[in-house]
Parts: sequence; structure tokens; C-alpha cells
Amino acid sequence: MSAPAPILRMSGIGKQFPGVQALDGVDFRLLPGEIHALIGENGAGKSTLIKVLTGVHDIDAGEIELAGRKVVFASPLAAQQAGISTVYQEINLCANLPVAENIFIGREPRRLGRIHWKEMRRRAAELLTRLEIDIDVSAPLSSYSLAVQQMVAIARAVDIDARVLILDEPTSSLDAGEVAQLFRVMRRLRDEGIAILFVSHFLDQLYEISDRMTILRNGRLVGEYLTAELPQVELVAKMIGRELADLERLEGRPYAGEGKSAPLLEARGLGRAGMIEPFTLGIGEGEVVGLAGLLGSGRTEIARLLFGADHAGQGSVWIDGEQVGLRSPRAAVRHRIAFCPENRRAEGLIPGLTVRENLILALQAARGWTRPIPRSKQEELVEKYITALNIRPADPDQVIKNLSGGNQQKVMLARWLILQPRLLILDEPTRGIDVGAKAEIQRLVTELSDGGMAVLFISAELEEVLRLSHRVGVLRDRRLIAELDNDDDLTTGDLMETIASGAAS
Amino acid sequence: MTTPVGAASLTRRLPVPRKYIPVLVTACLFAAMFVAGGIRYEGFATGQIILNVFIDNAFLLVVAVGMTFVILTGGIDLSVGSVVALSTMISASLLPAWPAPAVMVLVPAIGALLGLAMGAIIHYFEIQPFIVTLAGMFLARGLCYTIGTDSVSITDPAFTAFAQTRVDLVADMWVSPSVLIAVLVVLVAAYVLHYTPFGRRVYAVGGSEQSALLMGLPVARTKIAVYTISGFCSALGGLLLSFYMLSGYGLHAVGMELDAIAAVVIGGTLLTGGSGYLFGTVLGVLVLGLIQTVISFEGTLSSWWTKIFIGLLLFTFIVLQRLIAGRGKQ
Repeated sequence: MSAPAPILRMSGIGKQFPGVQALDGVDFRLLPGEIHALIGENGAGKSTLIKVLTGVHDIDAGEIELAGRKVVFASPLAAQQAGISTVYQEINLCANLPVAENIFIGREPRRLGRIHWKEMRRRAAELLTRLEIDIDVSAPLSSYSLAVQQMVAIARAVDIDARVLILDEPTSSLDAGEVAQLFRVMRRLRDEGIAILFVSHFLDQLYEISDRMTILRNGRLVGEYLTAELPQVELVAKMIGRELADLERLEGRPYAGEGKSAPLLEARGLGRAGMIEPFTLGIGEGEVVGLAGLLGSGRTEIARLLFGADHAGQGSVWIDGEQVGLRSPRAAVRHRIAFCPENRRAEGLIPGLTVRENLILALQAARGWTRPIPRSKQEELVEKYITALNIRPADPDQVIKNLSGGNQQKVMLARWLILQPRLLILDEPTRGIDVGAKAEIQRLVTELSDGGMAVLFISAELEEVLRLSHRVGVLRDRRLIAELDNDDDLTTGDLMETIASGAAS
Repeated sequence: MTTPVGAASLTRRLPVPRKYIPVLVTACLFAAMFVAGGIRYEGFATGQIILNVFIDNAFLLVVAVGMTFVILTGGIDLSVGSVVALSTMISASLLPAWPAPAVMVLVPAIGALLGLAMGAIIHYFEIQPFIVTLAGMFLARGLCYTIGTDSVSITDPAFTAFAQTRVDLVADMWVSPSVLIAVLVVLVAAYVLHYTPFGRRVYAVGGSEQSALLMGLPVARTKIAVYTISGFCSALGGLLLSFYMLSGYGLHAVGMELDAIAAVVIGGTLLTGGSGYLFGTVLGVLVLGLIQTVISFEGTLSSWWTKIFIGLLLFTFIVLQRLIAGRGKQ
């Protein structure tokens, strides 16, 4: 299938957002009758590339050719009319309307000016049969599962005479059987000559379905490869950006508390359907356990379960050898577990309040609102942590949103440290902050663990995980696949290989 | 972990589709009230009683049709009562000088224009419909008093003819011309909602505005159009009220927006938008009217009981909708 001319060719695409070069000279091509996977870590530019292609954003540089003709799309509608249809991760249909209407609204078959309902239902049923779906098309869309809704979205996309079909993470909320059916449909559409662009974070799925891959990293093109010719290990290396040979070994930190009897916290068979498969993981006092894995592999999900932010569907949590029920974050806080979430703006800090108010918040909540903390005590505490964590500017009355990302992160950390937790869960504490602040946070983690605090450290950067952790749990496709001791022999290469191959080394 | 193939079997098979249940409940309620009234009061169970409900509420029916469009998109229009009053006031003050047909064209045009303006503000400035139409409500009511603070009676022959003509139907039953106009409005609106792309867009916007936008539908035009329709219907309702009252007055139709909303909700339309039928709204207006009739037949009850019953009914229907919607999600 090397012969056909590309249906879509994007060359030298550049797109700048305030302060970020989201895409920089990216080339991309799509052949008719192929399934082409677009791959990259978060922030690599995948979604920007798709948005540029579908007319959501305009481009700053480069050009797009569709079937040999140069095109400029001013809106998603224009792209649709040119034959580029997109099915987004969250289904953009109207659940209150019948299935048939969701496929045809906007271009309903009509007779004598009025909508020809019978014809619409007949054609909808016909289209869905092509996609191996047999449902009542006059029932509202909301009465069907997400998987069926996804198929309806695809049916709508295909009916707009699509030549290019973009599927942006279509499998993220489907179970195995539903994914298999989606893949059957994708193969059938491919065989009909439609070019399919497929985005997914699941490596197995990429290898199962795609013919060709394009890898992006930091807004740049890494390369285009035939799926059959690119081993998984190399794929992971290219995504993360290190050649295996170049990877230097970093110093491991032997776990000082070895030989201690019971771990501080132990999760036994803890899991939740659709989020993370049951896992068993123990963390001892003074131990740093790192979690490594690609985006969407279940890192954050583990953290949320241990903090009680999500309910576990099965399994149990034991603290100090006693089973505890972590039904809510409040319960977790009572057991002195602290959690700094990944998205600090949305989930952690309150941007309109001052540094002092944000710092005091968790402590005040723990004491109860009826026992206000005296002002002098507040100032003493705030002063102490601003100094200890080197928060800048060192002004307790500065409003949080004016601080840099790194300093916001430190405030967030300080807020939990005031509570003197026994287990600290850090989800991507160093993402998006500058190098200096990053080093300070890493140093802090080391100091805390030396002081006896247990830390669960989650990061996309393998070096960081390796540098800080005593043990590393490796995740892949929502499963904890390996637990490796961070002895002198463990390298990021080993981690990468484990992530890629799915087997413990 | 079911396979999606043949998923139709997963939907619960009710004897009637779930979407018709609210309308059916209202229809049963109406029938029950009618039968109960017939048993309790002499001379109640006649066709003319129902026709009288139509005659006394033709203006409300027209206003409620416009409100149905707005609520189906998930919006609300609080200005309708004031626009009705403004229409009666404009009619009454213009009629001595202007010919009746010109007034009958001008008044709905003014209403449509007001609706258009509110719709445009709601859409382009992304302001809640509640606030914008609340402002419209005060504005229109205030404009009434700039025209005049007293009730102005209408003596125009065309208007009095509309007020006094009886259109005879079979077996001694009759309706007023206003009822015919209201029924025509209902039929046209039902056709538009069910058989035109515009009507379907109203439902789509009510279901999910974001999705409608991404499906390439003209959301702006649709949203502005429903407020224009509501403004037009209010002004037309105002004309019908002038026929009925033969006067223009700034205190006409106080609180009618709430009656219209109540009728739409009792008729089974979801306040969150996207689900409901015009036939339900007709039933809603009939139920409200029949409550008034029952209370006047009772004789000893004060008319405030009407409000109490409407209040109880609204509670019941909102809870019913929540239950049905909740079951749909499981």
C-alpha cells in the first residue's frame, strides 16, 4: 500500500499560542485507506494539530493540501464540508434527540419542504447496519450506551461524505468488547478507502489497529514510521525523547528502612472498574515510592483511590496493620494522608485568596470552623513555611494567582505539610515549573522522607522518579505491571522497556 | 460489559415511549378533573365548558406557545406578561386614529422586534435569559405607563366585532374568533417544531448548545428566533386580550408570564430544554383553565384556591419530571 497519493498533506505547520510554540514546522500526511496513529505525550501538539486541521484554530505557518488542492478552513463546518470529519472523545451529539436525527440534523431528507421522517429513519438504520449496529433509530440517543453513541457519531461523520475521519481518543471510555467492535468498523471504513487519523494513549491499541504512525514531541515532528517496523521500546523512547543508548544511569537511593515489619499503608487488591485494575502496593515510613507510566496509564487514578477522592470498587486499604475505610478525602485527611493533585489550579489552590489564607485552609478545615486559628499563630506558621520552602515573593498577603507555577506548587505543598501528614501523595509536582523550583521541590521530597514521611511520587519524567524513589511501580494500560527496587542497576532504560513491553524485567 | 450489538434490548420496554409519559399524565389529569366536575356539579359535563376554557384563555394559549419555543431551547422569557399589557395599551391608544388592520399588523411587529432585541442580547453578550427578559419585563411594563396610567377603553367596531362574534359549531356550541386564531397558531407552531429544520434545531439547542454548534447548526439564528417568536406570540396574545377585555391597561396580564411558564411545565416540557411537545402546552393551558372553572362552580371557594392548586400541580410535575429524567440516566 505504498502507491496511493496522500489525500491530505500538511507541511511546515506552525502554530503559536501566547508564550508557547505549540507546533513548529510539522509535516503530516494521510494516505487514503490507511489508519494512521498520531502519537505523543501530553503537550506534544497532537490536539493542536487536529484543531488546526479541523478549522478550530488557524495556522501561523505552513499549508494544508486536501486531495492535491490547497485549503484553508475558517471553521469546523468548512472542514466538514470539505470532507474532514471529527469524532471527539466526549461525544458531541444531542442526547435528547432520536438516533436518526443525530445522524441527519442539519441536512435532513425533505419532501415538499417538510422533514421526511420515514426516509430519515430508513437511511439511518441503513448507515448503522453498515457499522454493525442494529438499534431502534427512533429512540433517543440517551437510551444507548456510550459505545453506541460513539458509533452514531461515527455514522454522522461518515455520512457527511467523509474522506478523512479523525477519531480523537475514541476508546478511552469503552470496554474491551466495545473497542473490538470499534476496530472492526474502523477496518471496514479503511477498506472502503477512508483515511483515518487515530489518537489513543493505549499502546496496545495503536499496535493493533494502525498501519502507520506519526510521532510528535514538544510541538515538533519526530518522524513517521510503519507500525510493523517500529518496536514498542523504540516508540516509547521516541515519545519521551531519549535514545536508549544515550540514557545515563542516575543514582538510586537505597531504602534506609529496609527490614521494617509492616508498611505504613498498604493497598490490597484495590481497584475500580474503568479506572485502574486491582493492585497491591505498600509504602513504609520514610519510603519514597515512585509511579512511572505513560499518560492515562492509571497513575493519577491510584493517587485518587488512596486519597478517597474516588471510591474503590474492590479491595481494601490498611494503615498500621488495621483496615480503614477511605470513603472521602476527609477520611483520608483524618488518617493523615495528604494529596497534591496534578491540576493545582483546578483542584487545589484557590487563586483569589492570599498565600496565608491558602496555607491555613487545610489546617483550619481539620480543626473545624468553630475553632479559628489565632492570627498570631497563623502568621507564625506561614512565616515558617514561607522560609522553609523558599516561597517567593515572601509576602503572606500576596494573592496566589500572581505567583509563578513553582511557587504556587510550594504553597500547595506547604498547606499539606502544616498538617504533618504521614503519607504525602504528589501527582506531577514538578510539571510546568522552572528548573530551580523543580530542584527545590525534589530536595524537599528527599528531606521529608529522611524525616520519616512516606511519599508516593508520581511523575511523567522517568529520571525524576528514579532519582527520588526507593521503589518504582510501573503502570501500563491501567494496570500496575511491575514493582522494581531502585537499586544501583535500575535505569530509565529498564523502566522504559518495562512500560513498553508490559512485563517485569 | 454488554456488546452494543442489539442494544435495543437494553432499553426498557414501556407500554408507551418514556417521552410521552408527562403529556399522558397531564391528559389523564385533565380527563379526571372533567369527569369529577361532571359528577359533582350539574351542567358541568358539556362540551361548551371546555370551549369556554378555550374562550377565556385563548390569549394565554398563544403566549404559552411562544414560551414553549423558548423553554425548549433551555431559555426563559419573563417579559411576556408585560408585552401583552403593552400590546393592549398600544392598541387602545392608537385605535381612535389608526385603522384596525394597521394596528393588528403593527402590534405583533413591535412584539417581535422586542423579542428579537432580547434574543440578540442574550446570544451575543452571553447573558442569562432570565436577566435579559427580566429587564425586558420592566421596560415593557414601564412603557405602558408612559402611554397612560388609566384604563383606556376600546370602541373600534372591528375590535368589538371580534369580541362579540360567536362562531357556531355543531350542537349549540360556539367559540370566539380568538379561539380560532389561537388554534391556528398552535397548529402552525406544532408543524414548525416537528416538520421543519428550524423546529428540530430548537430541540437540538435545548439538548446541548455546544454539540449543536459542533454539528454545524446555526445556533445564533435559532436562539434569536425563539425569542422573536415569543415576542410575536406575546403581542398577538395582547391583541386577543384586547378583544376579550375591550380595553388597554398597564395592569393587564400582571403575572401572566408565570401562568405561561406553569402551563408549559404542566404540559410536560422540561425547563432545562430539549424535551416537550406543543400538545402538552395546550393541555397545560386547559388544566389551568379548568381549575378556574371548577372553583367558580364550587362558588364558596375564594379564587386564591386557583393559585394553591396550580402551585401544588407544579410541584407534582417538577418532581415527576425529575423522576422520569433520573430513570432515563440509569
